[in-house]
Amino acid sequence: MIENLQERVNADARLVRRGRFVTTSFLLEVGDTPWLINVSEGRISSVTKGPFVMARWTFALRAPQDAWDGFWAQQPQPGFNDIFALIRRRVLRLEGDMHPFMANLFYFKDVLASIRPASNNSPAVHA
Amino acid sequence: MSSAVNASFEPVIGRYLNLDLLGKRHRVYVEEAGQGIPLLCLHTAGSDTRQFRAILNNADITKNYRVIAFDLPWHGKSSPPAGWRDLEEYRLTSRDYVDIIMGVSEALQLDKPVAMGCSIGGRIVLHLALEHPDHFGAVIGLQAGAHVDPYYDTQWLHRPDVHGGEVCAGVVSGLIGPSATEENRWETLWHYMQGGPGVFKGDLYFYKIDGDIRERIAAIDTTRCPVYLLSGEYDYSCSPQDTLDAASRIKGAQVTIMQGMGHFPMSEDPTGFIDHLAPVLEEILKMRKGR
Repeated sequence: MIENLQERVNADARLVRRGRFVTTSFLLEVGDTPWLINVSEGRISSVTKGPFVMARWTFALRAPQDAWDGFWAQQPQPGFNDIFALIRRRVLRLEGDMHPFMANLFYFKDVLASIRPASNNSPAVHA
Repeated sequence: MSSAVNASFEPVIGRYLNLDLLGKRHRVYVEEAGQGIPLLCLHTAGSDTRQFRAILNNADITKNYRVIAFDLPWHGKSSPPAGWRDLEEYRLTSRDYVDIIMGVSEALQLDKPVAMGCSIGGRIVLHLALEHPDHFGAVIGLQAGAHVDPYYDTQWLHRPDVHGGEVCAGVVSGLIGPSATEENRWETLWHYMQGGPGVFKGDLYFYKIDGDIRERIAAIDTTRCPVYLLSGEYDYSCSPQDTLDAASRIKGAQVTIMQGMGHFPMSEDPTGFIDHLAPVLEEILKMRKGR
């Protein structure tokens, strides 16, 4: 799933444009597996699966596998329907310098939601 | 074809009310439509009266209710009072919030209004039911709970190096449920994008800190002021469980959990919301006729 992130985001011209001022690296931790994601002017330039010895990142999002599975469901259930729903339930931890994340919240919410299975309809929860 | 063919005014009238609130002169923007029992609508934190556009335009409601919504000072078209620049920051307290609502209600000379508020508005109607049970005919709390623990750092909502409109709307975007249309979703978020600097954050001071009513909620007397609570199932700010917990401590409170909806029912899914609101308004109407 996460392997598809680069292709999904970069194919979405509107999303890339929204992130045109975003150049950063962040860590996505899914259970025990870390993924390092590099963003360059709104395009995902690389997605690398860990473990890492000396990963450099600006901010990290860490949550158990089942939390991400719920978040990435086609129709997420209440409590899984947004990154902030996971934060509110204390199952997702946002760490590091979160300035790029908060300053570009709509961009990052859509980047993370882009992993959801494609739907015929417009996404029900446009996070 | 002339564009005039499809042009029409809504039955909603917007006016500015000049009055003293909290010891200062204010110019408060008020919208209303309909005749009958006053239904005083209170918007969410960081937003404005546009959230109630569907209620104000619903002929089934306005035939029996005089629907009134006003922008809190600092919100929408109600500017802050003169001298606001000298304040370190805007902060809504329980005391001020109650005083503003009572001030507007008394200025409009409303007879036993029904107060309906959402989120911070849903919380404050609990304060109103407790402190002014004989002034109000009933209260309707949408997305109402007794307290919400802070779950993110609200400093992000007001700092010059993060766009306030983008971050405020971004923070609340996930609170909208899947039953919302794209049009209503983005209309709702646009209101957040238009909030003044620090206003949403200042409202959250009431929502997350000062407005905690857990210790006093059991003292609400629903025989003097009936309490109706309606909450959307996708809201994780005031979750259905938060509303059920509050209701369990208010003897006689009636609860509805609304499927598919989130934190802004009247704005994100007006049609679905009015289906749940209509029986409540019908019940209040019957009570009033028997009064």
